[in-house]
Amino acid sequence: MIPAAFEYRRVSSAEEAVATLTELGDDAKLLAGGHSLLPLMKLRLASPSVLVDVGRVRDLSYVRDGGDHVAIGALTRHHDVEHNPLLAAEVPLLPHVASLVGDPQVRHRGTIGGSIAHGDPASDLPAAVLALGATIVAQGPGGPRDIPASDFFRGFLETALAPDELLTEIQVPKMHGAAWSYQKFNRRAQDWAIVGVAAVGAPAGGGIALVNMATTPVRAAAVERAVAGGSSASDAAKFASEGLEPPTDLNATPEFRRHLATVLVRRALEEIAADHP
Amino acid sequence: MADAGSILGNAVMRLEDPELLTGAGRYVHDLESPGAARVVFVRSSIAHGLLRSVDVDGARGMPGVVAVYHAGGDDLGLMPFQSFPMLAESFNRPVFARDRVRFVGDIVAAVVAETGPQAVDAAEAVVVEIDPLPVVVSQEAALASEAPLLFPDHGSNVCFATSFGEDEDPLEGAEVVAEVAMVSQRLAGVPMESNGCLMVPGDPPAGITCWISHQAPHSVQPALVGVLGLEPEAVRVVCPWVGGGFGPKAAVYVEFLVAAAAALQLSRPVKWVETRSEDMVALVQGRDYVMNAKLGLTRDAKIVGLDANVVASGGAYPALGAVLPMLTQMMVVGVYDIPKVRFQGATAVTNTTPVGAYRGAGRPEATQLIERVLDVAADQMGVDPAEIRRRNFLDPAAFPLTTITGGAYDSGEYAKALDAALVAAGYDELRSEQARRRAAGESVQLGIGVSAYVEVTAPLGLHTEYGAVEVHEDGTASMAVGTSSHGQGHHTAFAMVASDVLGIPMDKIRLVNSDTAAVPRGSGTLGSRSLQTAGNAVLAASQVVLVRARQIAAHELEASPDDIVVGEGGVHVAGMPGRTVLWEQVAAASRDASRLPPGLEPGPLRHEGDFDGTNSTFPFGAHVSVVDVDTETGKVTMRRHIAVDDCGRILNPLLVRGQQHGGIAQGAAQALFEWVQYDGDGNPLTTNLMDYAIPAASELPSFEASNTETDSPRNPLGAKGIGESGTIGSTPAIQNAVVDALSHLGVRHIDMPCTPERVWQAITDATREAQR
Amino acid sequence: MKVRMTVNDKTEEHDVEDRQLLVHFIRETVGLTGTNIGCDTSSCGACTVLLDGESVKSCTVLAAQADGCAITTIEGLANSDGTLHPVQQAFHEHHGLQCGYCTPGMVMAAVSLIAEHGQLTEAEVREGLEGNLCRCTGYHNIVKAVLAASGSEVHA
Repeated sequence: MIPAAFEYRRVSSAEEAVATLTELGDDAKLLAGGHSLLPLMKLRLASPSVLVDVGRVRDLSYVRDGGDHVAIGALTRHHDVEHNPLLAAEVPLLPHVASLVGDPQVRHRGTIGGSIAHGDPASDLPAAVLALGATIVAQGPGGPRDIPASDFFRGFLETALAPDELLTEIQVPKMHGAAWSYQKFNRRAQDWAIVGVAAVGAPAGGGIALVNMATTPVRAAAVERAVAGGSSASDAAKFASEGLEPPTDLNATPEFRRHLATVLVRRALEEIAADHP
Repeated sequence: MADAGSILGNAVMRLEDPELLTGAGRYVHDLESPGAARVVFVRSSIAHGLLRSVDVDGARGMPGVVAVYHAGGDDLGLMPFQSFPMLAESFNRPVFARDRVRFVGDIVAAVVAETGPQAVDAAEAVVVEIDPLPVVVSQEAALASEAPLLFPDHGSNVCFATSFGEDEDPLEGAEVVAEVAMVSQRLAGVPMESNGCLMVPGDPPAGITCWISHQAPHSVQPALVGVLGLEPEAVRVVCPWVGGGFGPKAAVYVEFLVAAAAALQLSRPVKWVETRSEDMVALVQGRDYVMNAKLGLTRDAKIVGLDANVVASGGAYPALGAVLPMLTQMMVVGVYDIPKVRFQGATAVTNTTPVGAYRGAGRPEATQLIERVLDVAADQMGVDPAEIRRRNFLDPAAFPLTTITGGAYDSGEYAKALDAALVAAGYDELRSEQARRRAAGESVQLGIGVSAYVEVTAPLGLHTEYGAVEVHEDGTASMAVGTSSHGQGHHTAFAMVASDVLGIPMDKIRLVNSDTAAVPRGSGTLGSRSLQTAGNAVLAASQVVLVRARQIAAHELEASPDDIVVGEGGVHVAGMPGRTVLWEQVAAASRDASRLPPGLEPGPLRHEGDFDGTNSTFPFGAHVSVVDVDTETGKVTMRRHIAVDDCGRILNPLLVRGQQHGGIAQGAAQALFEWVQYDGDGNPLTTNLMDYAIPAASELPSFEASNTETDSPRNPLGAKGIGESGTIGSTPAIQNAVVDALSHLGVRHIDMPCTPERVWQAITDATREAQR
Repeated sequence: MKVRMTVNDKTEEHDVEDRQLLVHFIRETVGLTGTNIGCDTSSCGACTVLLDGESVKSCTVLAAQADGCAITTIEGLANSDGTLHPVQQAFHEHHGLQCGYCTPGMVMAAVSLIAEHGQLTEAEVREGLEGNLCRCTGYHNIVKAVLAASGSEVHA
């Protein structure tokens, strides 16, 4: 319940955050909404010696029209993603997924940047941005760089972010009215997904990403190919877990996860087809 | 008993609420005492092993550390503790593990420091060396030949056994036999307030005040007295507001003994705040039975006999939970007329958290077993599950009766409750909808589950209780009882009773409970006993007070006591409210010999007594569960839950409904969500509320709860308990509903919790079987 | 480190450990014990307070993170004349509490839910309270209370 002692530092800009990370190295962790990090620290599963609070960097909380994409500041809270009219119009998958993260209290604090930087394969938003083919913008001592979502999630809780980099923005391509679906299967509404499927229709890239089916959020590439090749929803869904080693935990064995993935992918594709027959 | 205009039987809002709604209610964790230190327990992370060493030197030197206790050093002189008197002393629990640890959570050391964070930091610095021993997690493993023994001196892992009808062959003459093997899985009580205490030495003088989060302070006091070597008057045990109990908070915790002994030794208050992760291994748990039943019936679905067997897991240091199979044995016949019964029950010690009482405590298990095997029989014979029950109910005209297994049932109208539930559910329409979905091959199937139950409240001799009522010279009244309210609304309920007799407004009547210094004796609140015992004690005491008041007023008013009635603010001559003696005046006169009639001694306007209910009471009911089962994913969604629960004559329907709702939610949780799990090495896997899935509002429907009222003849209030009925009735109905949804696919049984994977697996197995 | 925030409109400035959680700041430093702790995995919601008007789990916020913010706890909800807030009153009328331990968090979550959504349906209430666990009531009466407080009609 009580975290190990640490030093708290507050920064007021992205540059200051980067400089602090560079100075402190591995000893420091960034704190945004804190709803990925603080729970770990309270159970003493993580004990950074310095927390760098970027939560007040107000100019990293925004949703802007970027022409072919919508640019979301990393510190935009799930609640604000959920209720943003621009996203509702241009990238409707995202507000819907944000509305399913945790519970209302979590959504008032957690940020999209924090969630993606944490990169939990069981989280909703990483899979959603993967399916959308988003671009992650990171800032380090050498300046900003763009990382495609498909390159971003490297391993279990491991992303392409360098230790001295701050995730500053997520650029999600506009969906242009494409159909979409998000299937989240869990025991209780506040739970992580046992298996989840984020899918966008062909006009928006046809990306299908899976939650909690691997050590990272993953694209169901074989399903995407089958869909592109004209397969029906149920035929394409048979490839849902191809090439994957789904995890085992209290809620599901790998075998059950494979089965769920097939069902949920099929349902996602059916929902998309129903929208755009 | 109550006239028209009586408050009894009415929905009255709670007196408790204003304080709780504004955050003014103080629970143990809210209490402070100047100079209080904090204790944190160091617990074994190995389920079974030889304790080689406990190195506290590092911890001792850390900031703020006041003391460190363990068996190899200062152990506060605490002797091994007998968790339940009926059990062999070889199972006594060393307060600090000595030569071996027996479960993950076993206490190895205790660190006392100035602040909580300092105590936590120092606890991490204690180094424990344990040589692992082979682990037994399940009762089957514990009872296998060559199983490692937790208590080698005892010679076996069996800590309790009970049996009935050993010489019978209960299935003799049966034309049909239905069988089930099932598990009532281990559950955690999870009161929202975790365990805790604040031990304050020096008050009473040379003694100690023990604030505990508990259901039965009078039961804890003797243990503390014994351990601390103090006179009973020097040990005050008191509960402030308590955030839920459900049974586990009725046990005596060794943590209390450590905190109290440390407080006395250090001459300063010591506070323990249990974390949730700690609670999930340290608080006693519930259920954990492996059960088997064979039910013999005639071709007309009349039961001829029941052969049942349960094996319980008592955990590492057996406690009350170990003897619950006794209650299971008594209640296994349920609401049915069963001519022959053979029952065997045994409890094994295992390398897991000790098992205690948890909502229902032995009776849910009995009901789950009989209700499941009856449904298996119904399915096997092609008889409707409601009909098979109807054919076998005990005859209402036969009450009071004693069942073959010794249940002295007071009253019951089982068919009436079942019929009411079926009507409320719209049973026939539900069956039609189920048929429609089956014919259409829909992927979401409808399941309808039925249960009929009876349960025993104020069990195990807990049918007597202390109660006192006094009217004070300021016109207010107080009630003192030996029960211990922790959410049930006793203040409201008992004030209704006293107010009904005395006419004093409820908000001028206060409740004194949960304090050994203020109440001389009591058995606490558990086993759904409080209204039928303490409520009746308050009734009786109020009536005696009224008799005295009438005599005093009669003397004042020069009338006959028979002509004195209760009125506004006091008592008056019938028909002459203008001649009222106010309660203030009656109370004052009561102490004044010069104002009393001959034969009446001066003293407070007060009466105390012990109400004796003579026996337990037996509430009953019937539940209908309606579930959707997604046959593709295995997910079960509760659509509706209909409960008809009969707790005798209802005092306050608002409070009764609340207990029904809460009980149903916990029963549903066993059927669908919760399960305390261990891996093969005895490591607990569900030690927080993320992994242990207690349902939220989003997982449950609104409940359709109603009541029949069949008075208990055993007490003037006609009351039976209600606290555990909802849980006992709901679990089997929901489990039966899940199986019912899939019976057309060949599914016969699914063990609880009916998780999506289990449901999916059952469908897969049945489909594969059908394809053969 | 020093933190400064308002709690129920009163300024609180204190020296705290960097690692102090907001819930401990409220309970131990400020001394308002109405807000309760029920778990250690941010699952139960008993610690819910309003931070700048929005519900948050105060066990998952550092006191430092709340610096400069306005915190409202259960103690700050009733009117200055002692009459209850409509949500508190609704919980009372519908018997939405038993032991009372989850109640402060449940009430604050409901206040925030109604502030954001106005009149609610039963499904919206149940979804909206997904982060608040209760062990006593089975939620039935809590849902009725919140529905009523949001202006919706309530049936038995």
